[in-house]
Amino acid sequence: MKVLIPTPLLSYTKVREVEASGATLMELLADLDRQYPGLRFRVIDEQERMRPHMRFFVNNAQVFDMTHPLHPTDSVILVQALSGG
Amino acid sequence: MARINKKPPTRKPATTIHSKPAARSRSPRRAVVLVATRKGAWLFHGDRQRKTWRADGPHFLGQIINHLVLDPRDGRTLLAAAKTGHLGPTIFRSTDFGKTWKEAAKPPAFAKVPEGEKGRAVDHTFWLTPCHANEPQAWYAGTSPQGLFRSDDGGDTWEPFSIINEDPQFRSWMGSEQDGTPDGPKMHSIIVDPRDPKHLYFAMSGGGVHETLDHGRTWSALVKGMEVVEGFDAANNAFHDPHCMQMCPSNPDRLYQQNHCGIYRLDRPSKQWTRIGKSMPKNVGDIGFPMVVHPRDDDTAWVFPMDGTAVWPRTSPEGKPAAYVTRNGGKTWQRLDAGLPKNQAWWTVKRQAMTADARDPVGLYLGTTSGELWMSRDEGRRWACIARHLPEIYAVETAEIG
Repeated sequence: MKVLIPTPLLSYTKVREVEASGATLMELLADLDRQYPGLRFRVIDEQERMRPHMRFFVNNAQVFDMTHPLHPTDSVILVQALSGG
Repeated sequence: MARINKKPPTRKPATTIHSKPAARSRSPRRAVVLVATRKGAWLFHGDRQRKTWRADGPHFLGQIINHLVLDPRDGRTLLAAAKTGHLGPTIFRSTDFGKTWKEAAKPPAFAKVPEGEKGRAVDHTFWLTPCHANEPQAWYAGTSPQGLFRSDDGGDTWEPFSIINEDPQFRSWMGSEQDGTPDGPKMHSIIVDPRDPKHLYFAMSGGGVHETLDHGRTWSALVKGMEVVEGFDAANNAFHDPHCMQMCPSNPDRLYQQNHCGIYRLDRPSKQWTRIGKSMPKNVGDIGFPMVVHPRDDDTAWVFPMDGTAVWPRTSPEGKPAAYVTRNGGKTWQRLDAGLPKNQAWWTVKRQAMTADARDPVGLYLGTTSGELWMSRDEGRRWACIARHLPEIYAVETAEIG
């Protein structure tokens, strides 16, 4: 499936849109980390929680559960939501 | 994460009318100042006399860099503790003085807890210490929330070290996000005895000072003589807030400490700290963050006092920045402010943001939260500004290269 990558993670992927696979969000992150080592830990902490200011959208709906099921035709967007100076 | 430095070096001509025939101030090596800030890192390369400085940076523009340290054992491995507002914490490594950086394969992270329990996550690595000279690839890291980690492969992979991170007693002393330091409790001042790699110290804000003689198998607290905020129980390690602790390179049995409650000295094997800050001028006090020791004289140490009155502004007292030096182990202190702003300078200098080089005379370096980098080539007698307009400076370290 297509995954849109936010700019703070471009140092890993180099491009905004990448292909990755997985039956859940957790599996998708594992695949992204295989392709782009180090990316996952900057998004998900060691207790498998989404880091603060990290948001996931599947087919334009925000998802909070890392076990959320995914289908090959889904579109996934990683968004970094940070405010302040 | 590779980046190439774009700026060409700007060097002065090899002959200079400024140089004096003072052989003791000359060195075959060049000084480099490593500056970690809230928005990136800079390396300032000095000439042999430490008179002119070339800025190299920013590295990691926009990333929060808590510590940038050069490995003195190989003289080329740089470790940077990084995170951003969005991204989780990591460690970057360079072996070419920052021309290229490589991310650690496994940054410091706490053990995963069983389903249903609330586990801790490293927010940022705060402190980096190269291990003993006989452990050439090994490093220690202190984190926030407080944790102690070790790498045995030059900073590429990190594992929890010792029992501290999960030990219920240590956890009770560490407190929570509600306690102390604004951006999270800190594990810091990790010190390795140069005579024995099994002998370690570290400090926790809050949580006290701790020592092991058996490479982390067992620990004992070293808080006797350290004061706590009025009304709290000094017998409880949780209430102790060491800000910065240093071991004298010329005498590893002597430690100096800047604490939330004063300046202290400890001469081992004693376990009793002495509050040497009581001899500081009363209108200045002995509150502050950094502690700097002399590379060859264990009676000489420097502090940079902060206002710890009323609501704790933690700025230079009366807006008049000054370092203070003791030349007799803390019996007396002298003010060192020549060249610094005379007034209306409300500086804050954080615990990692002041350091010394190993030259003779010793060079001192400090960075302010308002982004100014200052140095003294003569042990604090006269100060000069190296750089202005940097982001908030978190840490300043020095190294010799070339």
